[in-house]
Amino acid sequence: MAQIRVEALDKSFADFHAVKAASFTVEDGQFLCLLGPSGCGKTTTLRMIAGLELPTAGTIRLDGEDVTMNRASARDIAFVFQLFALYPHMNVRRNIGFPLKCEGIGAAEADWRVVEVARILRISHLLDRPVSGLAGGDRQRVALGRAIVRKPKCFLMDEPLGALDTEMREAMIHELRALHDRLGATTVYVTHDQLEAMAMADMIAVMNNGVVEQIASPRDIYDRPASLFVADFIGSPPMNFLPFRGSLQAGAQAVRLGGRDVTVPAAREALPESDLVLGVRPEHVRFSDRGVLRGEVYGSEYLGTTQIVTVTTRYGALKARSPASVSFRTGENVGLDFRPDTLSIFDKTSGRAVRTVLHEGGTHG
Amino acid sequence: MSIANTAHSVVEPSRNTRRLAGSLVVLYAVITMIPLVWIVLTSFKSPDDAISYPPKVFFTPSLEGFCNLFTTRSRQTPEFIRTLGPPQGLCDDIARSRNMVVAGPSNYVPRFVNSLIIAFGSTVLAVALGTLSAYGFSRFRVPLKDDLLFFILSTRMMPPIAVAIPIYLMYRTIGLSDTRLGMILLYTSVNVSLAVWLLKGFIDEIPREYEEAAMIDGYTRFQAFVKVVLPQATTGIAATAIFCLIFAWNEYAFAVLLTSGNAQTAPPFIPIIIGEGGQDWPAVAAGTTLFLVPIVVFTVLLRKHLLRGITFGAVRK
Repeated sequence: MAQIRVEALDKSFADFHAVKAASFTVEDGQFLCLLGPSGCGKTTTLRMIAGLELPTAGTIRLDGEDVTMNRASARDIAFVFQLFALYPHMNVRRNIGFPLKCEGIGAAEADWRVVEVARILRISHLLDRPVSGLAGGDRQRVALGRAIVRKPKCFLMDEPLGALDTEMREAMIHELRALHDRLGATTVYVTHDQLEAMAMADMIAVMNNGVVEQIASPRDIYDRPASLFVADFIGSPPMNFLPFRGSLQAGAQAVRLGGRDVTVPAAREALPESDLVLGVRPEHVRFSDRGVLRGEVYGSEYLGTTQIVTVTTRYGALKARSPASVSFRTGENVGLDFRPDTLSIFDKTSGRAVRTVLHEGGTHG
Repeated sequence: MSIANTAHSVVEPSRNTRRLAGSLVVLYAVITMIPLVWIVLTSFKSPDDAISYPPKVFFTPSLEGFCNLFTTRSRQTPEFIRTLGPPQGLCDDIARSRNMVVAGPSNYVPRFVNSLIIAFGSTVLAVALGTLSAYGFSRFRVPLKDDLLFFILSTRMMPPIAVAIPIYLMYRTIGLSDTRLGMILLYTSVNVSLAVWLLKGFIDEIPREYEEAAMIDGYTRFQAFVKVVLPQATTGIAATAIFCLIFAWNEYAFAVLLTSGNAQTAPPFIPIIIGEGGQDWPAVAAGTTLFLVPIVVFTVLLRKHLLRGITFGAVRK
């Protein structure tokens, strides 16, 4: 197993800048998710680590060794494709054993390893089946089997659960993470599904338009988004944004919002008068008659234990998560308040989060 | 797939529709089979039965046509024939009944062997070259790719006979005329354009992930091509090979022009039979019947690949 170090990686296609100066490190044994909307460059980044694409600039190091320009076959990594790429002309046993054939491993040893891998993945009974008749989850396991049988330095996975139905997906999320823990394998996992990323990853790298916006633990990504994009992309429903104009002094503990003071985590940097955005997660909105903001209930979505209440305010529609037991009438006038210790402030022009005391918890969050 | 299983917008054909469709197919099959059946029947007729009017459907079978195909005969007086010993084999017997003796084997077998060597040789070459180029065009960024592909296709746009004279002159100069190698190269160059286009379609349909997976597993691109792409392209390769073989096997115009002795193929040879000693239709029919056999055998051998091959593009996995 190995550490993967990506430094200032750049990739341009003919007239499209797919990845812009991406840098991150995946420590030995860590599970990193590359998360982002489609077209954000996450798959291209993964393919460059794999050696399926060559970067325009930048370096990739595996355990310190510069492999940027090495052929895929010389990198000793395993790749799980979205559509599994199981060879249709081979049965399960030969599919799993295929990587071993090329390493010149003896037939007896190879056989034993295939059987062992099949046992770990609980597909022993399928070994002599053709791959064409397998169910989605089993195909996925065969693809994983082909990846782990060689004991590579790291695993790269490109939306491996994308082709599965919801139920199978849930099960595979836990299986994948358990497998990772068991093998201690360094893994880079590409997905556009934040729930998958949150459930599995040690670290998440959120990408947008070819740029890595934030790399942090799932908790930090959620609680301390580094940019408007991350705040908007993560969370369902996403964070509420209240635009306002104002200045900020280092140490300030409140911002002026519509003539009222809103308590925020103490700022750690000063900003001149500019367009700012206050970010509030729906679960941090409280209903209170003495709140800083008033609005009209537009409707609510019932989710079982909680409900999402949409309130029309002078800042637009705001979503609040509230216990399902409370009932709201459409059109009802309500007051809103925010939990002060969890608010984020963004600079609207750059999209960057303003440093506050919230960030000092750091990645230990 | 799930759409096909659940949507019932297409009405199940009724019993009568099925019957009608079935009888149309049978009718079509009968119409296309008539010439073939006629050729095979004629090959077993005596020369008199072959030209009798009205045509005979029931007749006493005779091997005279096949005998005349494989032998050359000379006319002798009955007196001379009586001085000879007992007839040597069936063909000699038949010949003597017509006041002839077998003088030796005909050229049919060597011409047939030429056809086999040239047709299969050019097919193997065209498919091999076609597969490699199709893979290249399908997977790599080739400069001027579209123009090159169009150029390759454009060689099929004129009738081949338009270039026959220049090729004849060229071949005479470089010593390729009337050689098997020359014919193999000629048919290969005609077929390779068809092969590239057909195979590119098939290879485009094979997801790149298969090769990428193999390359990550430690194989070189060429190994991945051989172990992963080729097995999945067998359908396309089989279909392409049949198309190429049929062209090379049936080709007449170039063969007439460029071959005379050494490398002459069966198609220009068969019509020559007509001229030898009257219009010997049974011999021509026998030559044609045997000429059909290799294509039939080849197609039957590859038939399981063919159904999907010829309907390529229509059925996706």
